Amino acid sequence: MKMTTTSHEVESAKQRNHMGLARLPGLVSRVRELGLLAVLFFIILVVSVQAPRFLSIDNFVQILLSVAIIAIVAVGETLVVLTRNVDLSVGSMVGITAFVTAYFFQQIPNTNILVGILLGCVLGLALGSINGLIVSLGRVPAIVATLGTLYVYRGLLFVIGSNTTTQVNASDVPPGYLALATTQILGIPALILIAAVIAIIAAYFLHASKSGRQLYAVGSNPAAADMIGIRRNRLVFAAFAASGLLAGLAGVLWGARFATVGATAATGLELQVIAAVVVGGVNIFGGSGTILGAVLGAIVLGTLQNALNILNISQFWLQASYGAAIIGAVVLDAIITRWVQRTILARRKKV
Amino acid sequence: MKRLRSLLITWEALLVVLLLISIGVGATRSPYFLSGFNFYALTSNIMEIAIMALPMTLIIIAGEIDLSVASTLGLTSVVLGLLWSRGYPMWLAIGVALLIGIVAGCLNGFLVTKLALPSLVVTIGTLALYRGLAYVVLGDQAVSSFPSAFTNFGFGTIGSSEIPWSGLIFAILLILFVVVLHFSRLGRQLYAIGNNKEAARFSGINVSRVKLLLFILSGGIAALAGVIFTARFSSARPDNAVGFELVVVTVVLLGGVNIFGGRGSLLGVALAIFIVAILQNVLGLLNISGDIQSLAIGLLLILSVLGPNVARRIQVVITRRRLVAGSS
Amino acid sequence: MAKPADPIIELRGIAKQFGGVQALRGVDIRLFPGEVQALVGENGAGKSTLVKILAGIHKPDAGVMKMGGELVELRSPTQAQALGIAVVYQEPMLFPDLNIAENIFMGRHPRDRFGRVNWKRMYREVDQLLESLDVALSSRTPVQGLSVAEQQMVEIAKALSLQARVLVLDEPTAALSSHEVEELFAIVKQLRERGVAILFVSHRLEEVFRIADRVTVFRDGTHIITAPISEINTEEMIKHMVGRELSRLFPKGEAEIGEVALEVRHLTRAGVFADVNFQLRRGEILGFAGLVGAGRTEVARVLFGIDRAEGGEIWLKGKKVRIRSPQEAMDYGIAYVPEDRHLQGLVMNFSIATNITLPILQKVSRLGLVDPRKEQKIAAEHSRQLSIRSTGVEQLVNALSGGNQQKVVLSKWLATNPSVLILDEPTRGIDVGAKAEVHRIISDLAARGLAIILISSELPEVLAMADQVLVLHEGRVTGAFARSEATQERVMFAATGQDR
Repeated sequence: MKMTTTSHEVESAKQRNHMGLARLPGLVSRVRELGLLAVLFFIILVVSVQAPRFLSIDNFVQILLSVAIIAIVAVGETLVVLTRNVDLSVGSMVGITAFVTAYFFQQIPNTNILVGILLGCVLGLALGSINGLIVSLGRVPAIVATLGTLYVYRGLLFVIGSNTTTQVNASDVPPGYLALATTQILGIPALILIAAVIAIIAAYFLHASKSGRQLYAVGSNPAAADMIGIRRNRLVFAAFAASGLLAGLAGVLWGARFATVGATAATGLELQVIAAVVVGGVNIFGGSGTILGAVLGAIVLGTLQNALNILNISQFWLQASYGAAIIGAVVLDAIITRWVQRTILARRKKV
Repeated sequence: MKRLRSLLITWEALLVVLLLISIGVGATRSPYFLSGFNFYALTSNIMEIAIMALPMTLIIIAGEIDLSVASTLGLTSVVLGLLWSRGYPMWLAIGVALLIGIVAGCLNGFLVTKLALPSLVVTIGTLALYRGLAYVVLGDQAVSSFPSAFTNFGFGTIGSSEIPWSGLIFAILLILFVVVLHFSRLGRQLYAIGNNKEAARFSGINVSRVKLLLFILSGGIAALAGVIFTARFSSARPDNAVGFELVVVTVVLLGGVNIFGGRGSLLGVALAIFIVAILQNVLGLLNISGDIQSLAIGLLLILSVLGPNVARRIQVVITRRRLVAGSS
Repeated sequence: MAKPADPIIELRGIAKQFGGVQALRGVDIRLFPGEVQALVGENGAGKSTLVKILAGIHKPDAGVMKMGGELVELRSPTQAQALGIAVVYQEPMLFPDLNIAENIFMGRHPRDRFGRVNWKRMYREVDQLLESLDVALSSRTPVQGLSVAEQQMVEIAKALSLQARVLVLDEPTAALSSHEVEELFAIVKQLRERGVAILFVSHRLEEVFRIADRVTVFRDGTHIITAPISEINTEEMIKHMVGRELSRLFPKGEAEIGEVALEVRHLTRAGVFADVNFQLRRGEILGFAGLVGAGRTEVARVLFGIDRAEGGEIWLKGKKVRIRSPQEAMDYGIAYVPEDRHLQGLVMNFSIATNITLPILQKVSRLGLVDPRKEQKIAAEHSRQLSIRSTGVEQLVNALSGGNQQKVVLSKWLATNPSVLILDEPTRGIDVGAKAEVHRIISDLAARGLAIILISSELPEVLAMADQVLVLHEGRVTGAFARSEATQERVMFAATGQDR
């Protein structure tokens, strides 16, 4: 080897690499998470100057509590988006599982809490699997399939509601169920802990399992994934199923947290979830993004909501801000991507 | 290729059959179904969706989608209501509402063409944004006192017929859109773009400009639908027409327009509009609530894409078997 | 080099047909451990088809493949990989969002005893691998942002980690700078020492002489010769590569050469082509010769307003112009028949008539509405002029043969009534009879006073048709010949960047 490539050449190659932008995209993704933290601190700073009570431990717990359920759903959505798909039906899945679980406890109040949790999860898993089948086997674009199931699942919920009861109230369900949302472990609400555990498990799965890594491959370059024999359909199906499972669990917790569950529960949640995921830097074209980012995205949006509240700014700004956040994030991504490509191109032309 | 064309013809024939069946079911299930008033109710109920489905057809044929139409409707509705309640003349309120629709469409089109973002993501974002702005404008209030000329336009009929005014607007628009899509230069360019964007570009078609135009058109028409909706219910609320984008997309896809662009006709879409209208009407006559109706619409949406996909795969399997059988 | 008796891989009588075109007509090739075998040939000689067969992407229609003396069948890319065949393409197929280590180990990550991805081991192994190849990259570098050369290194490293015994390099140096080529060659030599059999597919003859032990020449899908590199020289190699039949071609007829229609001065698009100059008169055919990627199509795209030039001038009929879009190019009387009929030339499920009128909708419309009668009339006229065989102008173009489809594309652009016509590979993938017909049409058009640029990878075609030949090599003009001076050898020398 040494016979042809001089050490000088290797050296210059190394230098080029250091000066060049080879590490840039990695940097960009890290910049995204750091940027989110910066945005978070900026919000906290501005708001706490205006309203000091914002800066209390109690308030932070409130924020995390409001974020916990969305974060769980956002974890599932991240898995789907990584594969270059999207799941719009999460809000309906959360609603239906919340209602069914609450109704189950109302009807059979003496069952073990775990049975109810399991019921919700299995229901979510089933609904998510239907999405997965329509997309992977039926070759229906995810946006059409899940826009359809968004309404189908919500409609099902109304059918169930019209045949049973319009609303399950807090007084109808066993206190053990409601305790899911109020229990504290070591002074931290269980809800926050559950969300944290799920995020950690999912992050670990994405980082350390073969399938987790293949999810990235499928979204990053589907054709290349096919070339090395990755079973793309199976992974896409699994991502949708997982999204359903997590939405199911989130629904169980939703019922416990809000106690009063009607047929409109969690309507429109999908927009918050997608906003969190996109703001969190998960690329809507698949292939890149982290659970940490998505969770940070959810926390930023939750903090924003809380801040609006504390600053007495109308809550009506909330939905508009989700929309603006989605647009802003994709526009920013597009600009950064263009800039990176242009610098890479310029670098190549110089060579 | 002839097979494909005949497949399209069968799709539209299928829609006609579906339409006749739904009329039959409606007539047998409810004695009111065939009444003149029910025709009025059925028609006026779907007209906003029908009108918005026209530009949506063009957009989907050109290979894009606009999910923000219902939110644009909501936004323009509350702007109209707000201006009127603040004492501005009706013509000005309507004018501003239409302008806002056009601006909303412009933003969608700009993001899709200039920044080359996928319309799917852009319009999910603006779906939330425009609806959110509607809440910002009017909060949880509603404007419900409108001049009688305006509300008469909303729920009156033409002369002594059972045709609502919105039906007339739809009919005029339908003719215009049919002319544009099926007989004009622009229509030809739309199909070319949806079929093969690259070949369209190489043929000197300004793809970006055409797409921008489509989104502006979609926004403007959604605003018009907003005016009609406001007049029909005599109510401007920020949650007006929530979820209508589902029905709009459903009628277009059910009408045989290919979700990936390039194929479809307004004849199919017009048939689909009436099928969905009758479906909603019959379910309504059977006392089934709107929320459950959307279950049926959602199913219809999935089936209208899944159905042809499955049919094509079955066809492929059959021809392959035949080939195998023939060669052995 | 001592050659062991047994080849690692042996292909016999491999044939492959696409549509009506016979890409490979029963070729034999044998690769021995520790050899670099170059595969050369003109565009369309069948090299890439052979590469795709080795990669498991295409299945051959006939022929057998043996590895280590045993019959094998490649049904998929994964199977080819498992058998130890690795292919590095000109544009590597990688996951841009992931880092080098994962690109190498995707789907077969090293794992610890709990089944978890062992990142440390993976990074260590990849770093060792890269170091052993003397590649100055870290295993953690994301692939997005790597140059093509660096991406190829990643592919080669992947081949090594797969213990590949056969490495196919498909035009690897096409997008590389000379410095990067040196680095690649160093690695190729190192792999040869390790006993890997390397098939080096290339256009660049000087590189072949530098790196290869043996060379195989393909022509028109047949195997012409395999010889040790020491027993062959450039002239002989080129003679084997060219030497195609000329008899079936239709040479250009008499045409009156008129005033200058198009002149290009110092036209430059950074990183693509530089300092291109030529003059084209009415009635004249200017042939663009060169190998794939030499920059010929890129010049055409600039002339047609699809891409922009950064430097230089374009003069049309004595006036300096700026062309910013295809529409503007058409307004100036330029028409471009693109190289890819299906992707750029036609809307496949449009009819003949609607395809022909697509660029001239304005002409067949009144008040924005298409006049079907006028459309039919114009389409029928053009269809008749080029004798397009169809059931009528309402027939969809995807039901037509390749030759007739090409005639539709030609009609489409002739309908714009151009003064300058650019033809990019107008006879690619169509059968011999249709080819002669297209040549006759081109000749007629020149006789009618059109100024024509003919881009073709088939040398005999260029030589038979063109009044002058411009040869490009790596974005630069390396030869300009009048009809009388142009010979296959001369053009090929210029096209491969040989100095004479």
